[in-house]
Amino acid sequence: MDDPLLIAGETFSSRLIMGTGGAPSLDVLDRALAAAGTELTTVAMRRVSPASAGSVLDLLTERGIRVLPNTAGCFTAAEAVRVARLAREALHTSWVKLEVIADERTLLPDPVELLAAAEQLVADGFTVLPYTSDDPVLARRLEQTGCAAVMPLGSPIGSGLGIRNQHNIELIVESAGVPVILDAGIGTASDAAVAMELGCAAVLLATSVTRARDPELMAEAMRLAVSAGRLAFLAGRVPRRRYALASSPPAG
Amino acid sequence: MSVPAATECDALIVGGGVIGMSIAWRAAQHGLSVAVADPRPGEGATHAAAGMLTPIAEAAYAEQEIFGLGQDSLRRYPEFVSELEKVTGLPTGFRQDGTLQVAYDGDDLALLAETRVLQESFGVHLQQLTARDCREAEPMLDPSVRGGLLAPADGSIDPRLLSVALQQAAEGSGARLIRQAVTEVLCAAGKASGVRLADDSVISARWIVLAAGWQSATLPGLPASVVPPVRPVKGQIIRLRMSGPAAAAGLPPGLLLRTVRGVVRGSTVYLVPRASGELVIGATQEELGPDTTVTAGGVWGLLRDARALVPGITELELQDATAGLRPGTPDNAPVIGPCELPGLVLATGHFRAGVLLAPVTADTVAAYLRTGTPDPAWAAFRAARFGARGQRRRAAASQDQGGQPEAAACG
Repeated sequence: MDDPLLIAGETFSSRLIMGTGGAPSLDVLDRALAAAGTELTTVAMRRVSPASAGSVLDLLTERGIRVLPNTAGCFTAAEAVRVARLAREALHTSWVKLEVIADERTLLPDPVELLAAAEQLVADGFTVLPYTSDDPVLARRLEQTGCAAVMPLGSPIGSGLGIRNQHNIELIVESAGVPVILDAGIGTASDAAVAMELGCAAVLLATSVTRARDPELMAEAMRLAVSAGRLAFLAGRVPRRRYALASSPPAG
Repeated sequence: MSVPAATECDALIVGGGVIGMSIAWRAAQHGLSVAVADPRPGEGATHAAAGMLTPIAEAAYAEQEIFGLGQDSLRRYPEFVSELEKVTGLPTGFRQDGTLQVAYDGDDLALLAETRVLQESFGVHLQQLTARDCREAEPMLDPSVRGGLLAPADGSIDPRLLSVALQQAAEGSGARLIRQAVTEVLCAAGKASGVRLADDSVISARWIVLAAGWQSATLPGLPASVVPPVRPVKGQIIRLRMSGPAAAAGLPPGLLLRTVRGVVRGSTVYLVPRASGELVIGATQEELGPDTTVTAGGVWGLLRDARALVPGITELELQDATAGLRPGTPDNAPVIGPCELPGLVLATGHFRAGVLLAPVTADTVAAYLRTGTPDPAWAAFRAARFGARGQRRRAAASQDQGGQPEAAACG
């Protein structure tokens, strides 16, 4: 089925976006990326240098995977804007996954700084994909600011707790005019499927694959889960009922 | 190609770090004529390294072969060191008093339980310690430490002392140290035949041993297909020192009795005490190319996690902060042994474990230089494991570094 993901005018046939942090070796990461079938992958600009030959950026280039630089590790709008600009120069892309973190313990987004950074980067011509909390109002404000997608968390980064507030994710999806990408908190394949069933356009995950016992196998599981969840969403689930309904009605 | 008046030797070793110098020592002991070329021997990754000898604590999933190599090297260590200390009369700081792995909070404890399952799957039985046991073993640990695992056979060594001793032992056995950089590997008749040095002189050799750490990938003159796929992986590391009064108060030198490795809120840190009173705390792992800047964030992260585990460190003197470059390969394993270019022997890519793997690497390479037959036990670590994809990666790497012409010297 031809059902591409469309972000800011660019199409992707995979709806699974991967992060690159946490893999035990480059080879393991390489095999996991292949198994995931991902076409878009985030790279932390503070932890990887474009000048560094033979590292993760080379691997992505070789696989033809588009690089989405992120501003991981930034605590203020000013820092995030600076890192995004450095990334644009170094990697020749105006796309950025915007992360502005409130504290090291929870790694939750700081909504006030995030919105401020998004405003500045949109004005500066960036295609901004913000990592946000699962607040429908903030998601709407980010979209109004001109962000190309909104990326609410399911639960804190690296926690593997799944989607803690499905209702909020549904509310965000319902009113969004840009793709909603579930970002952070995926622990296992069923979490990714649920995100897609809720109507998210894509899922972004790293830890659940890179720190799995067998990252390559988990990457394949995630690819299948994202596809399955997408198909289920398009097919439309049956309404939930309190009592049974015989699948072959006696009369009709 | 005509080579100007050249000095000759059996083995020319490029790189005088702990790997190159160990090979030089062993090869010279076998009666080979050996030269080591390095402008600053022992000042690369060796100088930064903490010197942990902890194969099991470093093990990761799917890395059982690397673990096996590490275990083998650790078994060689006591003899390697006692021979070295005997022939040189120099200390190395070798000690074998175990590693204590500890968890800081509940999430870290869950991670440690996972680690234990992995380590036991490798056939290693570790002693599981309660929080109370941990603090009995190491009284300076923070009361919030939740529990730990003790690996009693692990050890540590001071790489800076080891490096000095190895250099003396190698020279004492007849190896010649040339304090110059190798600027080019020379090939003749489809074979590595010598090297050119910074002063433009040439040394011809039957064997060229590439033990130049991450720079093994940047050395001009090698055909692209044999350049090992190593990249620099930056590590920042600090050294604290215990002052006189603390030592007089009856605390163990360096505050701890053995190496302590911890997971602190998901981030890992290690503390290696030395008899001299030094406490080494490391290390960051950064993919920033050949950058050796010590950053505020790097040092802060190490101190933050180390202080959480051992609050007493705040009283120690901050003596040294260093950044070194580990030679990393795509699969984290070293590249040891001959490759498809006759005459070229690789001994690089030891990543986080160069100090640990020095004895086994030296013995394996020296035996090969003597016999011409590679040890089948370590066939998994030969360069041949990198296929077409590894080659493509290497080609991209050399373009980024200014494009060394392919096989220029071998044409």
